[in-house]
Amino acid sequence: MAFFWTVVALVVALAVVWRLLGAYMVSVYEGRCAWLGIFERRIYRLMGVNADSEQTWQRYGVSLTAFSGVVLLIGYGLLRLQGSLPLDPQHLGAVGPAVSFNTIVSFVTNTNWQAYSGETTMSYLSQMGTLALQNFLSAAVGMAVAVALIRGFSRKGSKTIGNFWVDLVRGTLYILAPIAVIAAIVFVAQGAVETLAGPATVSDAINHVTQVIPRGPVASQEAIKQLGTNGGGFFNANGADPFENPTGLTNFLSILLILSIPVALTYTFGKMVGSVRQGVAVLAAMTIIFGAWLAIATVAEHQPNPAVAAAGLTAQPAGNMEGKEVRFGDTTSALYGVASTQTSTGSADSTYDSYTPMGGFAMLSGMMLGEVSPGGVGSGLYTILLFAIVTVFIGGLMIGRTPEYLGKKIQAREVKLASLGVLVMPLTVLVLAGIAVAVPAGRAGPLNAGPHGFTEILYAFTSAANNNGSAFGGIAANTRFYEITTAVAMLLGRFGVIIPVLALAGSLAVKEYVAESVGTFRTDKAIFVGLLLGVVFIVGALTFFPAVSLGPIVEQLSHGKFF
Amino acid sequence: MRYQLVASLRRGIVVTVVFFVVLGLGYPLLVTAIGQTFFSRQANGSLTADGSTLIGQNWASTPCPGHLPGTCVFQGRPDDLGPYAADPAKRVSGGDNPLVANGVPGGSGPTNLGPRSKTLEADTRKLIEYWKARGVNPTPDLVTTSGSGLDPDITPADAIAEVPMVSAATGISQASLEKLIAQQTVGRQLGFLGSGYVDVLKLNMALSKMR
Repeated sequence: MAFFWTVVALVVALAVVWRLLGAYMVSVYEGRCAWLGIFERRIYRLMGVNADSEQTWQRYGVSLTAFSGVVLLIGYGLLRLQGSLPLDPQHLGAVGPAVSFNTIVSFVTNTNWQAYSGETTMSYLSQMGTLALQNFLSAAVGMAVAVALIRGFSRKGSKTIGNFWVDLVRGTLYILAPIAVIAAIVFVAQGAVETLAGPATVSDAINHVTQVIPRGPVASQEAIKQLGTNGGGFFNANGADPFENPTGLTNFLSILLILSIPVALTYTFGKMVGSVRQGVAVLAAMTIIFGAWLAIATVAEHQPNPAVAAAGLTAQPAGNMEGKEVRFGDTTSALYGVASTQTSTGSADSTYDSYTPMGGFAMLSGMMLGEVSPGGVGSGLYTILLFAIVTVFIGGLMIGRTPEYLGKKIQAREVKLASLGVLVMPLTVLVLAGIAVAVPAGRAGPLNAGPHGFTEILYAFTSAANNNGSAFGGIAANTRFYEITTAVAMLLGRFGVIIPVLALAGSLAVKEYVAESVGTFRTDKAIFVGLLLGVVFIVGALTFFPAVSLGPIVEQLSHGKFF
Repeated sequence: MRYQLVASLRRGIVVTVVFFVVLGLGYPLLVTAIGQTFFSRQANGSLTADGSTLIGQNWASTPCPGHLPGTCVFQGRPDDLGPYAADPAKRVSGGDNPLVANGVPGGSGPTNLGPRSKTLEADTRKLIEYWKARGVNPTPDLVTTSGSGLDPDITPADAIAEVPMVSAATGISQASLEKLIAQQTVGRQLGFLGSGYVDVLKLNMALSKMR
């Protein structure tokens, strides 16, 4: 019953966020919001950017790529030099070259896959100035790309799709920063730590032990990690660590922050293309997937843990508690997991590796659908719009007409770009997972034996290529093989999709509107939502069913067998 | 095109430096200032004289004269116990079991053992034996590890399962221990968020006052 009310509260809160934040983001990206204008104009002046000048998709892409390259290099440098920089109270020293590379790629691509353990690797300066900073910037880049694609639909006969620098600055300054400050204060008030004083040493009179408790500027990082759907934890245990996620309320706030921007962007989209109903249709498809996967995950995690039952404890009324925190419980942890894996967040308030086979399946397959329900900040919207283009194409084939979407003719070029964007992720996942199981360095990774070990490998590449960052944490991510291969997957999964999306935005913006006629396939109706869901499921199922059946499905069916 | 690239690189460097100052340093320092001013106890880790109420401790080796260690206090979840115990010589905060945090001691983290893992089954058997030897009929939480390896809480039912053990070692009646647990039970936040729990450190602090 409590879980029911948690879901109700979440839906109500998201409905408000959808309307208010969605409308606010329209005003931000259309340049009508100026309450931080003093800072904004100063930044443009320093950068030498004319806020009124616009870019073609090629220039937008060059700016985005150059920016990402710059932050990659600067971030790599800061991690490598950590030992010589201030704010390192634990004297952790420099971060190794391969881990630094993997980490900075991970944070720049909004993945936040972590091949390191936060509290024993990263200084406070690295956490704040490199990792948390990238949480802001990578999220702003994702939103900028989504808005550029929306402009492709909302403009006609236009060569330009906006200005990358302006979109980057506005998204960071007006959307991410203010919400993060407010959320961070709530996290601190609830018990998330926020100090630069270094670890605390406590001599315990009752227990007769001396404890060294790691601390740091955690709450500030936690707020943006969830809001920007980044997901990288300050501590190794991520959102399960009581210093990151101390109470039921912060857990709820985490889930709300994760879903806020991806959900609200559907309103922004609808408003900017001139019909909120179009945004509602996309949101409906997202919600149906989310709801179905939430049902699978909560039912699965409410089941007993098979290994614990086999050891003699068959009565497990609270469900599978291995890897879960008492203050959250089984179903709420599953809700957090679904929110985190169906966006590009990848944070965790429980251990996905220890989920029941079907619970783990829900986490894994949520990502395999392309992270469109509702997906990462920006990336969720632009990915589902790629699926929408494929959908109207298939719809057009059925009735034998040139397809249209939002008044734009969808022709060979658009279909090619959308298909490319859709196929990059599955291709990356399957090829790299195939390589990993074929070579000894890859097979050395998993902690668990049997099908679960294979799932750990498959999960790693699915997570990396979807820029999710969650893990079946048993895998030894800190080996050279996984550090390099997951970095490749993250780069392909990010920029291999962004470039086609920008090209698509450019190609759509040039087009004129075609008049709607009785033959037009309406994209704001239930039939379109159904067809869109069909396309998402068919693409996901056809590519991944064989792999998934070797992992969680075999594991689920192996009653009484242990590995 | 080349001019474009050079200009973009220059802009990228400028905007990164600006945001490094504003968001990389300014933002966490602002939150630290607000946190330290208005929520100083929470911001510093909810510390008491006996540890943080948010960070679980290993109570299994608390000295109990005349009884097995750890039986005269309530114990938390086995994040640092039995098969998951770290080096006993190095009694730092919980969760430093060798399986976690890529094997780095002192790190937080779970066991990551799968639902059909033989290791998990064997470890659970050891934990059931551990509790049975102390007169406790364990609940699932008492034989499973948490996601953080630092879970500070147990459910009221878990605490009640430990009552016979604590009562035998302290001589306090079972009824008064059960009353103590009821007093220390924290309900769901706002009535529906998360799960109800008992904070093991607070429970043991209250217990030590009874003795």
